[in-house]
Amino acid sequence: MLIYWANDEYKITIFGHTYVRFFPDWYYNLLHIPARLAEGMAFHFLFMWFFTLNGIFYVAYTIISGAWRELVPQKKSWKEAWLVLLHDLHIRKMAPPQNKYNAAQRIAYTAIIVMGIGSVITGLAIYKPVQFYYLTWLCGGYHFARIIHFGLTLGYVFFFVIHIVQVIIAGWNNFRSVISGFEVVNTDTPKKLAKDE
Amino acid sequence: MNNTEEDKKPKAEVPVQKQINRRNFISFTTFTVLGVAAYGGWRKLYTSPIEMLGITGEAHKPLRRALNKSELFFRNFFSNNHLVKTYPKSMAAKVVRKNTSIGADSRLDAANWRLQVKKLSGEVLSISIDEIKALTKTDLVFDFKCVEGWDQIQHWGGVRFVDFIEHFGLQPETKLDYVGMETPDKGYYIGLDMNSAMHPQTILAYEMNDMPLPVGHGAPLRLIIPVKYGIKNLKRIGSINFSNHRPHDYWAEQGYDYYSGL
Repeated sequence: MLIYWANDEYKITIFGHTYVRFFPDWYYNLLHIPARLAEGMAFHFLFMWFFTLNGIFYVAYTIISGAWRELVPQKKSWKEAWLVLLHDLHIRKMAPPQNKYNAAQRIAYTAIIVMGIGSVITGLAIYKPVQFYYLTWLCGGYHFARIIHFGLTLGYVFFFVIHIVQVIIAGWNNFRSVISGFEVVNTDTPKKLAKDE
Repeated sequence: MNNTEEDKKPKAEVPVQKQINRRNFISFTTFTVLGVAAYGGWRKLYTSPIEMLGITGEAHKPLRRALNKSELFFRNFFSNNHLVKTYPKSMAAKVVRKNTSIGADSRLDAANWRLQVKKLSGEVLSISIDEIKALTKTDLVFDFKCVEGWDQIQHWGGVRFVDFIEHFGLQPETKLDYVGMETPDKGYYIGLDMNSAMHPQTILAYEMNDMPLPVGHGAPLRLIIPVKYGIKNLKRIGSINFSNHRPHDYWAEQGYDYYSGL
């Protein structure tokens, strides 16, 4: 799904002083997407609508349904997230008690919403820098807005990788509950294997 | 589905297990159907037919439709009051980036160069560079933006397109929807919506960094239009025409957005 916009040619290759080549030639050849900037842009300008509308619907639903209460970080979340991290890295045995989402999830899932808003704003700032000059100004100018926009995209890749790894580690029952919306907890019948999440 | 946690306690074992199975079945069926639909939709889009070459070309048909619809939406935000940010001359690049010379790589016959303007009446104005240089000069230092992603602060000087129109009595022509421009050899050509062409910062440039325009940058006269990407900033203008239909456009034929507005 991310390929369509990796088509962005060598543009961010010269980021700084070419000490980081994000998309070297082998990368394009590997994905069979050399020199398809026009196509990449066309995909980008279609999918921007989906991503933006999807984000708006998601945030609206979260607010209306009250689900935001499970999502927004609490005061204690910052400290707890650290403990969750230590637990997940098997440094600490116990994870702090949690509701639907643990503290690290609250921070991560809220951050992704903030990042999404950031992507829309920086996106508009570089898509129509003359018409939306105030957004471009807000983002620290055209060039900097591009860097933020790209940085956020790297952030999504990072998030995606960790997210998938965590889902795999969390196991089947967790995944099942994600899809179905309810969790099966065996209380007084320890016949089947009791999964610790 | 409730958003609260539902811990199903297997007290009445059988019905609960049944209920769990039923809900699992429904959710996973939905999940699978949506997943397959999403993948199928993506494949369909990815392998969708390419448009026939017309004024635009090379793009997947649905994507071209999306580009054109996006243009209509974002055109609502266009205003002549929205100006590109300008900079002090000192910030302008000394080495100005050159990307292509398509349509301008033959030897320039400067002595015989004339700008041909096709009027509605059928009359063709043949304008010399001196006539253009006699008009009020406007300098513009702005951040030039390329579709490839780079941008550079550049300093250009020339006549504003609106001033040019006024001086040569081309107001009736501006009632049409589009302006087309071509290089003398017709190797590169662009189309502009009238609003963008008539934007107060659109200039026909004959100077760069206070010096006469070098050949590589489009001598003797080139278009500088800050409300468009670089691909619309035609070098070595040979002719200008007006139309109610989109004039042909070099990069739009190769899959790029026709509007390419900023």
